[in-house]
Amino acid sequence: MSKGSPISPSLMAAKSPGAPKAPERADRTAEHAAVVADLAAVSPVLGPNNVVPPTVMTGSQAIVRSLEELGVDDIFGLPGGAILPTYDPLMASTMNHVLVRHEQGAGHAAQGYAMVTGRVGVCIATSGPGATNLVTAIMDAHMDSVPLVAITGQVSSGVIGTDAFQEADIVGITMPITKHSFLVTNPNDIPHVMAEAFHLASTGRPGPVLVDVAKDAQVGQMTFSWPPRIDLPGYRPVTRGHNKQVREAAKLIAAATKPVLYVGGGVVKAHASAELRALAEATGAPVVTTLMAKGAFPDSHPQHVGMPGMHGTVSAVTALQQSDLLITLGARFDDRVTGVLKTFAPHAKVIHADIDPAEISKNRTADVPIVGSVKEIIPELTEAVRAQFEAAGTPDLTTWWAFLNNLKETYPLGFTEPEDGLTAPQKVIERIGALTGPEGIYVAGVGQHQMWAAQFIKYERPHAWLNSGGAGTMGYAVPAAMGAKVGEPDRVVWAIDGDGCFQMTNQELATCAINKIPIKVAVINNSSLGMVRQWQTLFYEGRYSNTDLNTGHDTVRIPDFVKLGEAYGCASFRCERDEDIDATIQKALEINDRPVVIDFVVSPNSMVWPMVPAGVSNDQIQVARNMTPDWEEED
Amino acid sequence: MSRHTLSVLVEDKPGVLTRVASLFARRAFNINSLAVGPTEVTGISRMTVVVDADGELIEQVTKQLNKLVNVIKIVELTSESSVQRDHILVKVRADAATRLQVTQAADLFRASVVDVSTDSVVIEATGHPEKLTALLSVLEPFGIREIVQSGTLAVGRGSRSMSDRALRSA
Repeated sequence: MSKGSPISPSLMAAKSPGAPKAPERADRTAEHAAVVADLAAVSPVLGPNNVVPPTVMTGSQAIVRSLEELGVDDIFGLPGGAILPTYDPLMASTMNHVLVRHEQGAGHAAQGYAMVTGRVGVCIATSGPGATNLVTAIMDAHMDSVPLVAITGQVSSGVIGTDAFQEADIVGITMPITKHSFLVTNPNDIPHVMAEAFHLASTGRPGPVLVDVAKDAQVGQMTFSWPPRIDLPGYRPVTRGHNKQVREAAKLIAAATKPVLYVGGGVVKAHASAELRALAEATGAPVVTTLMAKGAFPDSHPQHVGMPGMHGTVSAVTALQQSDLLITLGARFDDRVTGVLKTFAPHAKVIHADIDPAEISKNRTADVPIVGSVKEIIPELTEAVRAQFEAAGTPDLTTWWAFLNNLKETYPLGFTEPEDGLTAPQKVIERIGALTGPEGIYVAGVGQHQMWAAQFIKYERPHAWLNSGGAGTMGYAVPAAMGAKVGEPDRVVWAIDGDGCFQMTNQELATCAINKIPIKVAVINNSSLGMVRQWQTLFYEGRYSNTDLNTGHDTVRIPDFVKLGEAYGCASFRCERDEDIDATIQKALEINDRPVVIDFVVSPNSMVWPMVPAGVSNDQIQVARNMTPDWEEED
Repeated sequence: MSRHTLSVLVEDKPGVLTRVASLFARRAFNINSLAVGPTEVTGISRMTVVVDADGELIEQVTKQLNKLVNVIKIVELTSESSVQRDHILVKVRADAATRLQVTQAADLFRASVVDVSTDSVVIEATGHPEKLTALLSVLEPFGIREIVQSGTLAVGRGSRSMSDRALRSA
């Protein structure tokens, strides 16, 4: 190292046979771990960067070998003609391949896996319909910035463009919903394309990357060596925030009297919860966590004022509306948070820190934009804030907190017992959270049950709450929970699903039962497409057009979810009375050798409150039907 | 809305034109013209994109373009600091009686006649889009049969090279 010649970081972790032996095994392991950690910071190639000398193999062997070298442990997929060559060497691999029942399940499972582990989720499908079945999951991952690599087989390069059997232009189809995509027709491209795909998926703003491999590229011979050279001249994500901007932000924070930390899913993706807590406590400012950020800041923390947005708490929504400074961290001013944009937080200046420069000033103009990773920006901002407070004094937030605490007390989250005498769905969800605790993982589908799961389960840690936020994909819960359980096998994983959502992807229960992935599914069965029904109640004079699913009380109950669960090899229960809720949940928590399905039959008339109706200002938030807080009273 | 000319260096890879075009479509940005071709550097193409957008929107266009992995560099070229040219081929009715008038009109615009038949001529012209509009309005009375026009090409004035700088920073 004393010589001045540059050393390629990718060669430093060489596990080549000729490397000198380290004296003691314990030392070597520690040293190796350190080198690996170091490499993760400097080498764009994921994994341990083993050196593999040039070896002749087939393209499909190269795909499997690349995945192994990249450190992949688990894959979700389903074979078919055009990907068949790759499934052969996969059989001999140490990687765990989970055979799903539908490719959409593979995609969401890979998402769930990525969300709980922070690693890249991997799914595989064949060409044509196999690939198009991944599209929803890819789009979902794109909207929620989930690191995902989707590998698809493609027809042989010679027949691409001829409408061959099971040919679909999946690169073209997914172009607007991927971070990037590759079509591989030369097997020699496989190692560097795979390394590039994983690099793109996992760095900067994470997202889905598609690798479409023609069948002849899988069958053809190539020369494999590792690590490959990553050649992405147009990809240079910025991670470090600009110093001057950070100092400007600190000045604004020191001058603000009504600051709010507006925290988004980026903080979860960046694993920056500890850093966030330090910043929050240094500033003393209230924290709101968006739907994607639940758990990024503990719900129990006194500075937490709730979730903002269409179904957020009055305190969180009002904090943003009345704020004079939004400290925006890894959030994107989504319309479900802002309501009518021009009326959103009208008095606030905006600090906006995000790793994706295109998010900054996209919807709301930022006064202080900071491009970079919140993992790096937040600690620097905390330091700058401390220095600023020392120099200019700590701002007095007493009045602001008095106002917000009053809102928290006056308008806590709650629910009323349904007038029909049936079980309140909120109660079921609240009990699941209470009996399972904050160490569990909760995966929701989309709709009313999703909002209640966001509201009534207490999140104390990041990566405990998974849902389809941006895309709103019904059917996300069961396969994503399956992926989460594979990624975190020692945690209790609940899929909190609706009766509508559950019917979209429950075929993965077979995958769970056969592969011993014991997830727990709570079907919050209100016998209808509940959120749509709620809108029909509120905005369409109760005309329930096509929202009745006939799965609940006084209906034909098709399908019978208990029988369905049993048919899939799951322990299955039905719970229809309040007094059985706790016992049923306990029974489910005690079963760990197979999946559990519980049909919680609840009232179809419960609604999600608070609510900001679509198309109006957040000031019009309703705590119950036609009940808007009286703002004058609070001042 | 104001008009902006963006020079975009991209990797010469399959699908890159589609990625750029579909981005504009998806984000509802208005493309006025688009021209693509190779550059002095092997493997790198240059696109000249003319966009109608206001201040904040052009910033968003640039940021979104920059997110495309195959896009290496984007520079906005103002009309003062760059040379901008369109290329046009026009087929005009011209028989023995009017041919001389048509070719004289072409001469005035330093356009050239590249094909002649008994009842038409094809005129080729290069210039700033406004000059070409003026040429077309002069030719209009004779009867325009066909127009083929390229997208705008633009290059910065002075000795500096966009790709030089881009590759150094890459």
